[in-house]
Amino acid sequence: MSDTILVSTRKGLFTAKRTGTAKWEIGAVDFLGDNVTLTMSDPRDGQRYAALDHGHFGAKLHRNAGQGWEEIALPAYPPKPEGLEENDMWGRPLPWTTVRIWALVPGGADEPGVLWCGTLPGGLFRSQDHGTSWQIVSSLWEHPKRKMWMGGGADLPGIHSILVDPRNSKRVFIAVSTGGIWFTEDGGESWGQRGEGMRADHVPPELTHDPIAQDVHCLVQCRAEAGRMWVQHHNGIFVSSDEGRTFTEITGVEPSVFGFPVVVHPDDPDTAWFVPEIKDEKRIPVDGKLCLTRTRDGGKSFEVLSKGLPQVHAYDVVYRHALKIDRTGNRLVMGSTTGGLWISEDQGDSWSEVTHTLPPIYAVEFA
Amino acid sequence: MPRVAFTQNIQRHVDCPETVVSGATVREVLDALFAANPRARGYVLDDQGGLRRHMTIFLGGRLIVDRSGLSDPVGEDDTLYIFQALSGG
Repeated sequence: MSDTILVSTRKGLFTAKRTGTAKWEIGAVDFLGDNVTLTMSDPRDGQRYAALDHGHFGAKLHRNAGQGWEEIALPAYPPKPEGLEENDMWGRPLPWTTVRIWALVPGGADEPGVLWCGTLPGGLFRSQDHGTSWQIVSSLWEHPKRKMWMGGGADLPGIHSILVDPRNSKRVFIAVSTGGIWFTEDGGESWGQRGEGMRADHVPPELTHDPIAQDVHCLVQCRAEAGRMWVQHHNGIFVSSDEGRTFTEITGVEPSVFGFPVVVHPDDPDTAWFVPEIKDEKRIPVDGKLCLTRTRDGGKSFEVLSKGLPQVHAYDVVYRHALKIDRTGNRLVMGSTTGGLWISEDQGDSWSEVTHTLPPIYAVEFA
Repeated sequence: MPRVAFTQNIQRHVDCPETVVSGATVREVLDALFAANPRARGYVLDDQGGLRRHMTIFLGGRLIVDRSGLSDPVGEDDTLYIFQALSGG
């Protein structure tokens, strides 16, 4: 059970702590005034990582091994070969430079110090030394189909979800917006595409069911039953029971199937949570009422969870990294673009507000 | 030797005092500069060694022309001003 939550915001890193009286409050504040886009707490050794975006001065990465924050190496792209012409979907030269860190996860329990990092414009990186140095996963970067990835909400394609198979650390799944789901079973030496059955409405009919055209917003995997994956997709909710080989679309979920984050219960593959918004072109809660949807039966039925959440003129948007579940499966935390932070200790049945005055929240993390 | 001065905004993140370094092009000057202050490099240049999209360098009161190759010639008495652009970022 985690009593600490790292909250990444547009204006700093805020740490929420559970007090002795079972209340949550903001404690430490780091990088105040700076844009903290993502944090990661490594359960293997307690080290923490923070990705920052200094705008003019670019993305940066910091590590805290218990002695305070220090800037460490940022994953860097290899030299672009002389004469290579590679353009983004807008016809502009694709920058071979780390524009944003969009995913940062620990390797397996049997590989201490290994980290995986997903970036815009689409490079996947691996570190073997707690982020002191990084190597691009060239097999994926040089994969001919990687050039078919496109920007989603961002102008450039990016890797936002990285899942290390709890049964075998060499098996890694990633998800790309937009570029679908990719999988390696040899630690990144070779890659294949997964994700049959997903459906993209924003491309011509001949590409609708092409796995590479899919705009996966978030991909999660059940810890206890790793074959079960849930996807919050640009076009709705999809579930897989065969490690992402095939997906089934879940329809008819009220109030909406559009959204960004998804979490799955670590021990119950049939239980998952989503945060609905009206739709692509109207990214706000339905009727100004912030809620989650939860299924407990693998997607056959859903409940709306709103107890403790604002229900009048609430226009909170919850980004893909801003909903998390702890290792017990009982606690969830959710942060919004309007600075709201809520915690549930009963699997989402009820929520308590920690604050509604933080800067825009990009990501939350149990530490 | 050429002189290099940095925007005040960068100092909060990485110490970049005004300094004098040798070099006949912007590239040579910056290479010498960042050899002595390697952490500053990533704040000014991208992974390919070009000027970051929202950074600018003034040389003799004008913006440098070659933002990727940094080949603009630098005179012995020149001063490079490394600033952030006011657009974007």
